[in-house]
Amino acid sequence: MLSFIAQRLAKAVVVLLAIVVFNFMLIRMAPGDPAMVMAGEAGASDQIFVTQLREKFGLDQPLPVQLYRYVKGIVTLDLGFSFRQQMPVAKLIADRLPATLLLTVTAFVISLLLGVLFGTLAARFAGTWADTAITILALIFYATPLFWVALMAILLFSVAMDWLPSFGYETVGANYTGFAHVLDVGAHLILPATTMGLFFMATYARMTRASMLEVKRHDFVKTARAKGLRDAVIQRRHVLRNALLPVVTLAGLQAGTLVGGAVLTETVFAWPGIGRLMYEALLQRDYNLLLGVFVVCSAMVLAFNLITDLIYRAVDPRIEFAS
Amino acid sequence: MPGKILCVVGESGSGKSMCAHALMGLLPDTIIREAGEIAYDGRNLLTLDDTGWLALRGRHIAMVFQEPMTALNPLMRVGDQIAEMFEAHNLLTPRQRKQKALQLLREVGLPEPERSARAYPHQLSGGQRQRAMIAMALALEPTVLVADEPTTALDVTTQAQILELIRDLQRRRNMAVMFITHDFGVVSDIADRVVVLQHGKVVEQGAADDVLRRPQHAYTRALLAAVPSMQPPPRAPLADRAKAVEVIGLDKTYVSGGGWFQPERRVRAANEVNFDILQGETVGLVGESGSGKSSVARLVMRLIEPDQGTVRLGDTDFTRVAGRALRKERSRIQMIFQDPFASLNPRRKVGNIIADGPIAHGTDPAVARQRAAELLGLVGLNASAMERYPHEFSGGQRQRIGIARALALEPEIIVADEAVSALDVSVQAQVLNLLEDLKTRLGLSMLFITHDLRVAAQICDRIAVMQRGAIVELKPTAALFSAPEHPYTSELLAAVPGQISSSRAA
Repeated sequence: MLSFIAQRLAKAVVVLLAIVVFNFMLIRMAPGDPAMVMAGEAGASDQIFVTQLREKFGLDQPLPVQLYRYVKGIVTLDLGFSFRQQMPVAKLIADRLPATLLLTVTAFVISLLLGVLFGTLAARFAGTWADTAITILALIFYATPLFWVALMAILLFSVAMDWLPSFGYETVGANYTGFAHVLDVGAHLILPATTMGLFFMATYARMTRASMLEVKRHDFVKTARAKGLRDAVIQRRHVLRNALLPVVTLAGLQAGTLVGGAVLTETVFAWPGIGRLMYEALLQRDYNLLLGVFVVCSAMVLAFNLITDLIYRAVDPRIEFAS
Repeated sequence: MPGKILCVVGESGSGKSMCAHALMGLLPDTIIREAGEIAYDGRNLLTLDDTGWLALRGRHIAMVFQEPMTALNPLMRVGDQIAEMFEAHNLLTPRQRKQKALQLLREVGLPEPERSARAYPHQLSGGQRQRAMIAMALALEPTVLVADEPTTALDVTTQAQILELIRDLQRRRNMAVMFITHDFGVVSDIADRVVVLQHGKVVEQGAADDVLRRPQHAYTRALLAAVPSMQPPPRAPLADRAKAVEVIGLDKTYVSGGGWFQPERRVRAANEVNFDILQGETVGLVGESGSGKSSVARLVMRLIEPDQGTVRLGDTDFTRVAGRALRKERSRIQMIFQDPFASLNPRRKVGNIIADGPIAHGTDPAVARQRAAELLGLVGLNASAMERYPHEFSGGQRQRIGIARALALEPEIIVADEAVSALDVSVQAQVLNLLEDLKTRLGLSMLFITHDLRVAAQICDRIAVMQRGAIVELKPTAALFSAPEHPYTSELLAAVPGQISSSRAA
């Protein structure tokens, strides 16, 4: 198994480098010149100043040289320097990453647990009103745009009822410490995490339901019944375990995109995470920062793919490690 | 009846599986019992409530299913699935359950019971899985064992072993066995008593000897007559004809796995395969699953590329043509597939299915459709079938459509890959007759792939026996059956069920 992980990591590094090169070229091809933007903001857009800026940041070099320098930096985990924020990119990302991970992991866990729970219930009571209700709700959450759900949630729970804070990571200026701080962050977390999780929950619920109904028809379920096993045991041990395999695949694919996919939620709820950092970097033509965020997001996707593969191999004995 | 084996025989749709499921209380809720009772130990089982059934299932009446591939949970170790039997009825401690599971695996003759118990189902062969299923069914020493086509999905040699095992266990434990099958060969090997079902009705029952040798009902007689005999009918020699197909030194190795770093896994599907088919001749390829017979068929059709070797169609080197020429040559050799349900596109009308090939080869659509209607007549279907979809037909009718489709391109050679294996015996006999008749009328040559030696005996001029990708024996049919040379051929022939009584009946 260790050799399998080593192989997969080696492949991941190659893929990651390819992504870096591709992103690098893509950004340079887009119109706009960061030196011009910076000079313009400094109020001195004369030619000499712009040239100075270019030289200072290495933008006067030919593209391959710029690329070479960038890739060399990445290998030593140096993601470059953000000229706009006057800070190393790695530090900017490191500051924002925990907030994003907190949000997305919470959303992910909520969606997975509730999705599987509701899907199981719907399959268990297929054809009854409970199944219909769950299916319709799942369809609504699945179909409604995320930002709209977010805005409505803010209107309902923050504006109308005043139960929960509407934006941010913590109460500004409150300076809570210890447990009070945890509670404060938790209260801020509920709305964005739930909003983000609803869509995923709907997909998991639908998939779990469909998958369980399909597994139920298999012969081994009949075998289990012929043994005289109780229905609850059959559902849990034989049906659900088999039905979760496709859900694991789907969850793994989605988990990888969670980090980069939180842009919308973070923007609406003013959550200080990677998503907003990326949004700002895009508006400001902050090449290095944008690239850095891309690299981190890609690395996350690759990491989650590997984790999914490992989990899949753990739950499905039919997939064996080639050794 | 305790200590007896009752065989329930019938064709698909006759209600034999329904009987088995009713006996276990496993019928879906959508089926409503109209009348009748099932008496077990003086009780009527149909008056049982859910809890009553739970106590009965597995403990008093146990079941073995048809498909050993799908009847075991793929995510659970075999030993655990057997131990679950005791758990379901709250017997023994977890440790003792494991012990008993091992003991049972030993009793049904699984090699290395410790390893088999730890294995997942996919790590065992079909026969081993069926043994594990039987071990499971026997765990609580039931008085009745229901076996629903337990050997249908297995190779002949494995089938013979499993039948032997069931008979042996039944005697040792004095169980009553209800054995459901469509195969009269199996019936004559194993049954003490026989019940024949047709359209859900018992048309005949009695002692096995009486039913098999002195059948009273017309349906039983028709079924018995449809069972192909092991005696090959006499066939005229075809020696001085030209070769329609020549296969020289065909080699194919499947390589799987083998990513960037993984080692490869190699399976030799064809190993130095040589044979030829004369014009108007039928050559059979027989062997067990995994012997490479389907791979050879695909190589001859050039649906897959050989690693080495040549296939000649008449004077053409079929392995060397490419592109447009290949597409043109393809019309000379056509295939009939095994599964009449999966091999016809469910979204296309039958007329289009048949006419598509000729139209692709440049025939005028109107002419092609006219020809399709004629072909339907030729295979014994009504021309009105043109406008209908495949799901509106029975298995046998679909196989006729498949034959019409293969004939539409006016091929010289037909490759029939298990073309009658999915059909009931009576339908099987009809389709075999049709193939024989068409072959003679249209002067076709045929490569006939089958695992069923009885079928091969009836239709083939010569038979090639395959084992692990190689042809081990190739002889005229009568010679192969009367004087097999290779030990594997003898083994295959000996394993065919029901030989003693069919020769007695003949």
